[in-house]
Amino acid sequence: MKILVGLGTCGIAAGAERTYEALAKSQAAGTVPFELDKTGCIGMCYREPLVEIRSDDGSRIQYGNVSADKVEKLLSEHILQGKTIDEWLVWADDGRGSERAYFSHQTRIVLRNCGKINPESLEDYLAADGYKALRQVLDQNDPDALIASIVDSGLRGRGGAGFLTGMKWRFTRLAEGDRKFIICNADEGDPGAFMDRSVLESDPHSVLEGMVIAAFAIGANDGYIYVRAEYPKAIERLNIAVAQAEAAGFLGDDVCGKGFSFHVKLKEGAGAFVCGEETALMASIEGKRGMPRMRPPFPATKGLWDCPTSINNVETFANVPWIVLNGAQAFAAIGTANSKGTKVFAMAGKIKRGGLVEVPMGISIRDIVFDVCGGIKKDKKFKTVQMGGPSGGFIPAELQDTVIDYESINKTGAIMGSGGLVVMDDTTCMVDVTRFFLEFTQRESCGKCTFCRVGTKRMLEVLTRICDGNGREGDIELLEQLAVLTKNTSLCGLGTTAPNPVLTAIKYFRSEFEAHITNRRCPAHQCKPLLTYTILDSCVGCLLCAKVCPTKAITGELKKVHVLDQSKCTHCGECHKVCRVDAIAVY
Amino acid sequence: MSEHRKFDFKKQHFAGEEGHLIPLLQRAQETDGYITRERIVEIHKQCGIPLAQIYGVATFYAQFRLHPIGKNLIRVCHGTACHVSGANDITKAIEDTLGVCNGETTPDRLFTIETVSCLGCCSLAPVIMINHSTHGNLTEKEVKKVLKQYQKADIGEVQ
Ligand SMILES: Cc1cc2nc3c(=O)[nH]c(=O)nc-3n(C[C@H](O)[C@H](O)[C@H](O)COP(=O)(O)O)c2cc1C
Ligand code: FES
Repeated sequence: MKILVGLGTCGIAAGAERTYEALAKSQAAGTVPFELDKTGCIGMCYREPLVEIRSDDGSRIQYGNVSADKVEKLLSEHILQGKTIDEWLVWADDGRGSERAYFSHQTRIVLRNCGKINPESLEDYLAADGYKALRQVLDQNDPDALIASIVDSGLRGRGGAGFLTGMKWRFTRLAEGDRKFIICNADEGDPGAFMDRSVLESDPHSVLEGMVIAAFAIGANDGYIYVRAEYPKAIERLNIAVAQAEAAGFLGDDVCGKGFSFHVKLKEGAGAFVCGEETALMASIEGKRGMPRMRPPFPATKGLWDCPTSINNVETFANVPWIVLNGAQAFAAIGTANSKGTKVFAMAGKIKRGGLVEVPMGISIRDIVFDVCGGIKKDKKFKTVQMGGPSGGFIPAELQDTVIDYESINKTGAIMGSGGLVVMDDTTCMVDVTRFFLEFTQRESCGKCTFCRVGTKRMLEVLTRICDGNGREGDIELLEQLAVLTKNTSLCGLGTTAPNPVLTAIKYFRSEFEAHITNRRCPAHQCKPLLTYTILDSCVGCLLCAKVCPTKAITGELKKVHVLDQSKCTHCGECHKVCRVDAIAVY
Repeated sequence: MSEHRKFDFKKQHFAGEEGHLIPLLQRAQETDGYITRERIVEIHKQCGIPLAQIYGVATFYAQFRLHPIGKNLIRVCHGTACHVSGANDITKAIEDTLGVCNGETTPDRLFTIETVSCLGCCSLAPVIMINHSTHGNLTEKEVKKVLKQYQKADIGEVQ
């Protein structure tokens, strides 16, 4: 009997470390015999801390929300008495469990080992066919055939742009140069995306293996992994994995004894979103300010220190060993005509089951939101999903039958991006979220291009005044004009895509903008300056609101309906928050 | 900082390969809590990197601070998921509790409040990170409780 605790960052935030410690203590006490191990994130962030119990016959059962105080009951009922605790059961491999649907719609390639193996154990990875693909590739010793098979698989880069990975490798292989580099882009700056973090924390060796295979394909002997500094756990586990791989001969001067030399270094980012862009990222590795440059020349011919470089995303690399082992055809059999394989989505926002899901390309947004993730929190009205973060756009509920593939998503005005999918309900104000995105891009613009630097600032100003109730006639058209100009005149992806949230918000939610500007109303009740608070007759006269009102705008006597002086009200909303009988109306 | 310990930056400035300015600055910040003027000069003298370039890099990246911070760094996530889940209310609750604004340090040097773009725990939004521990699924009440714990811990240390 083995007990595994999911110790990814989300698990730890939910208290998984305390659960682990409680289990370790009981184990040391020795009254109940069991093995204890850690694992990564299985994706069900909404039910953390998660504990899996693996019987000696290999059957698996998973409990959710197992906080430290539940450990005692877990041990006495499940382990000692052999009883399943049905209320906590989320999933069992015999088909029971409340969260069965969450897994039955998924196809796990990238996440194949996540939440199953101990990410700090090379043995676990090896037992899951780890480094088998690398050995096979080195045995065959035919980089061109390897590249051809990656091209045939149809794998496209998962970092955003969706360029064919095999083609990128081929260009880099064919480029002239004595020294070549492979870079793993683990900067994951898109707010709302966390799949790269989870893969690095839960299965770091799969990314390393993909990198070594890529290095062999293009003929690179050095590689860098550029990780965000905000991901301390991922960095820690990557360091462990690199040391293990070096010691076991999967990295180093003589990989697997086949005479191929490949070394990997970790570089910590320093907090700049634009460094996710490939040319900026390389500038950052070179120790400079992370500013993008013109392409061409593309990194494939002139990359890091002017050497040919292939830069790929974490998820892209994690796919590679699977493709080598299972064949290009098996991968190409999944997905749509032009988008093959699976995509991992980070589900967040107003969604019931927030976490990581890996679904085949071609599934519809409706299926992800409702079938896999159980629909909207508190069963509120589904309004829109935001895909692609600050570079992406909004896809409204009317278009929820849009299927997930690069081209279909682009048609809506959003982009696939890295796979952050933030779900919003009718309490989200579109003008406010759009302003939020522009605040982000305006702050993160490196300032090199005038339109990116100034255009984002101007759009932000217009959006801010609309939210503040000072919108003017013609502001929508002004936004559209600025958006198009910024799109057309910026150098890198940050500027050319920054207008996407504005354009899609206006395209699908124009009436909400108009309500703000013309009627001075925020239909979602989010923009505080536009809200009016009134006290209803159902007021029981408890004086609570009068007490919290910072400007003394509310007066009244005990047990009598209170009065709100609109001229003093600053729209802070505190009264609405404290009222116990919902007698404060907002409109 | 009580005393200024000199580093051998040159030793860490791996021979033959450029590009170590960022790790050097990261090392300096780890030790001092922020990038001090002395460290910038030290790096310049030992590694021969122009002062302007060091300053340029130190001011480009959000991670580097040129001012000291409090003992506990509170990073409030204002990513997309946290934004739609009430990150503004959380920030306000923290500001109200500590009596300083975002970006500032409390007079007792116990806390600094900072905004970050995403902590990668979006499914637990709203999220904050205090030093290296992440706290998720917060409410205004909850966050005040968390802060109390840190305040208490500090009083405990002093006694
Ligand atoms: C502003 C900006 C930010 C980006 N951020 C990331 C990122 O965080 N992670 C990533 O893998 N790619 C990011 N990209 C895309 C990279 O430039 C590059 O296309 C990608 O790493 C290539 O890998 P792939 O072919 O495997 O997708 C970003 C691009 C832009 C323009
Ligand atoms: S948006 Fe806050 S953790 Fe990602």
